[in-house]
Amino acid sequence: MRGAKSAKWVAGAIVVALAATACGGGDNSAGDDMNKGKADPNGIVTAQLSEPQNPLQPANAKESQGSRVLRTIFAGLVDYEPGTGKLEYVNAESVTPNKDASEWTVKLKPGWKFHDGTPVTAKSYVDSWNWSANIKNNQTNSSWFADIVGFEDVHPEKGEPKSDKMSGLKVVDDNTFTVKLTQPVSYFAYKLGYDVWAPLPEAFFKDPKAFGEKPVGNGPYKFVSWEHNKLIKVRKFADYQGPNKAKNGGIDFKNYTTADAAYSDLRSDNVDWIEQVPTTALTSYKTDLGDRAIDQPYSAVQSIVPAFYTKQFKDIDPKVIQGLSMAIDRQTITKTVLQGTRTPADSYVAPGVLGYKKGALGDIVKFDPAQAKKLIQEGGGVPGNKIQIQYNADQDHKPWVDAVCNSIRKSTGVECTGDPKPTFQADLDARDNDQVKSMYRGGWVLDYPVNSNFMRDLYGSTAAGNTSGYSNKEFDKLSSEADKASSIDETVKLYQQAEQLLAKDMPAIPLWFYKVNSGQSKNILGKIEYGQDGDPIFDTIQVKQK
Amino acid sequence: MGRYAARRLLQMIPIFIGTTLLIFLMVHILPGDPVRAIYGDKAPDPAQIAQIKREYGFDKPVLEQYVHYMWNLLQGDFGKNLAGRPVTELMAEAFPVTLRLTLLAITIEIIIGVGLGAWAGLRAGRAADTGVLVFTLTVISIPVFVLGFIARFIFADELGWLPPNVQDSTDFAQLFLPAFVLAMLSMAYVARLTRTTFAENLRADYMRTALAKGLPRRRIIGVHLLRNSLIPVVTFVGTDVGGFIGGAVITEGIFNIQGVGNLLYRAIQTSEGSTVTGVVTVLVLVILLINLLIDLLYAVLDPRIRYA
Repeated sequence: MRGAKSAKWVAGAIVVALAATACGGGDNSAGDDMNKGKADPNGIVTAQLSEPQNPLQPANAKESQGSRVLRTIFAGLVDYEPGTGKLEYVNAESVTPNKDASEWTVKLKPGWKFHDGTPVTAKSYVDSWNWSANIKNNQTNSSWFADIVGFEDVHPEKGEPKSDKMSGLKVVDDNTFTVKLTQPVSYFAYKLGYDVWAPLPEAFFKDPKAFGEKPVGNGPYKFVSWEHNKLIKVRKFADYQGPNKAKNGGIDFKNYTTADAAYSDLRSDNVDWIEQVPTTALTSYKTDLGDRAIDQPYSAVQSIVPAFYTKQFKDIDPKVIQGLSMAIDRQTITKTVLQGTRTPADSYVAPGVLGYKKGALGDIVKFDPAQAKKLIQEGGGVPGNKIQIQYNADQDHKPWVDAVCNSIRKSTGVECTGDPKPTFQADLDARDNDQVKSMYRGGWVLDYPVNSNFMRDLYGSTAAGNTSGYSNKEFDKLSSEADKASSIDETVKLYQQAEQLLAKDMPAIPLWFYKVNSGQSKNILGKIEYGQDGDPIFDTIQVKQK
Repeated sequence: MGRYAARRLLQMIPIFIGTTLLIFLMVHILPGDPVRAIYGDKAPDPAQIAQIKREYGFDKPVLEQYVHYMWNLLQGDFGKNLAGRPVTELMAEAFPVTLRLTLLAITIEIIIGVGLGAWAGLRAGRAADTGVLVFTLTVISIPVFVLGFIARFIFADELGWLPPNVQDSTDFAQLFLPAFVLAMLSMAYVARLTRTTFAENLRADYMRTALAKGLPRRRIIGVHLLRNSLIPVVTFVGTDVGGFIGGAVITEGIFNIQGVGNLLYRAIQTSEGSTVTGVVTVLVLVILLINLLIDLLYAVLDPRIRYA
């Protein structure tokens, strides 16, 4: 009898809990109209952020968190039109190449000021680049300056730098400077949109360390405060001269420890924008948030990469890799396992980038078990009839790796297993030291929206991003030709040719393109606009008047 | 007692050196190169990596790094993390937060735990006792993260009574839910422990004497019974303080609290050696001191206990 009694009590408790959840459940969804109401030009946007890894210096922000803040504080020379990747001038009036694109002249818009009132001049840029490239200053992004003549003097591979200035940089007058490159790069202007090229005020050089804690920029927002692990505040800079004046009063970047915590706050309107809906809420977030749910592509690609230094792939017939690619049911995996958070890849280059060609890889990325089997057979089969896919287990990769393996196993009979490494660091270690046993997971988010970024920087024989040991002289030749082309259109076309070359050679199997799965609070007017790196364009966000 | 305390303090030195050396070595065998990881999927620059390693002394043998680290530690320098921030600064931000959370949790643990235990102990064998048994067993068997998620889901997400996350860790109202979740498990143990010693001591000779003397019931229970029953409870609560400070990783994660647990978790994720060693070093000290304090407290609770 006692057992029966306590069971009843437990059942009662469950009923209470269910009732409690049910009564709150209904009114969380859409309901209000996010396009109705008036904008408050001084309204503050709150956004999710994790603690930036490095001090807030433009050349030091390799990871997305620091960049997210820096991009609001600094205005670069150029920016890109979201969606098309077209170049737009911000602080620059013009960036023009000489005939063979080996020397560039940058003209600045006059009258710009840093937030501390000092003028933004050609010297602000040249000094900034020289300092950031110098190996003594340990800026993580210093290799971005490697195109400039004199880079080895400030950044030698070994030993002390010979100079603290790159000879390729010359100040012509207050608003003009020239950049000499070691070899022609037709899309050099496009590279200039990256954070690393931002100007620095005089005050920076007096005390770089203090500056990293309290940066002074030239952008639409000025820095206010940084409470570590908690909050970074930036506010609208009233005297901003650029085209992207802030439509809100400022941004509070709030720190969250988990995606679940951030999502909880979003649902109760304590934060206006979060980075990513937690995996646990992916199936329900669209009903939870209604119109306020965000599901938008950005320019990044995930692939699996054969390690060409292994016995298995050393002299492989590319047909085998093509076959493996055709054995993967991208459509189904993105829809079910990844719950629509990715779209199947159809090229090496992500959409939204200059030179992306829809369906560039043709049938190679179509799911066709019969053809897959045939190609693998024609190519002499997979050595050992077994592949492994290495990934880092500290992120959510296991489900899709298992699904990809399953798909390969079922359609071709090739044995496939995941090879998890405990952390991302361990994963990278194995890749750098050529210890990958078979294949590894690769990912790439754009640096600048030209197709070269998705090819030369990953598959060029000497490219730093090339960790698979892939090398093809013909591809190298074609890409250097493309870099020297007289116009950007020409470059893009030549790289499209190079992509066809890669399709024959298969240095990697592209799987899918990324999407932002996020949401916005009820405080925001209209839908948040996104840039191609998957981050919101903060200056365009409007806050509803209360 | 003074000599006892001094001897205990001296014993701490080898323990301290042993634990820190172990931790230092363990961090060094964690897989992955933290400096390389800064670069992620993108191009690493070997010259830059070499430069950073030189700056942090990672290019030297582990034991030399350890000696160097301890030497700096003696001068109060805990080193800096890979972002160049002093570890002392990181700890100064995190420790007060966790301390507040821990104090609140301990208070909840003691009030509810001892109260519930005493109540059940005085009614040993009756319905109230069984009720407390069922309740405490239920709490003990639910993992902390389940409890945390359920609590947040019901009270914050759905009912909206409390904020889902801690925005301001100086606000005790916001800390209440996480502190309660953190305290739940230990509270159940404290209740069980108190209940048993209460039930046991209730039949002790001195209780009968006190009763025969005609002392009022409040005094018998409040002074004689409670004081004598507290020794195992104090031991348990004491060891718990250390556990709370170091083990709040889950609770801090769920409720977005930027405390020690979180700092440690992130540091381990990124193989950030100096931070891990620094935090654990302080934790070792805290736990050693608390244990000493508990041992000294015994004499206060039971004057028969003497230290040689």
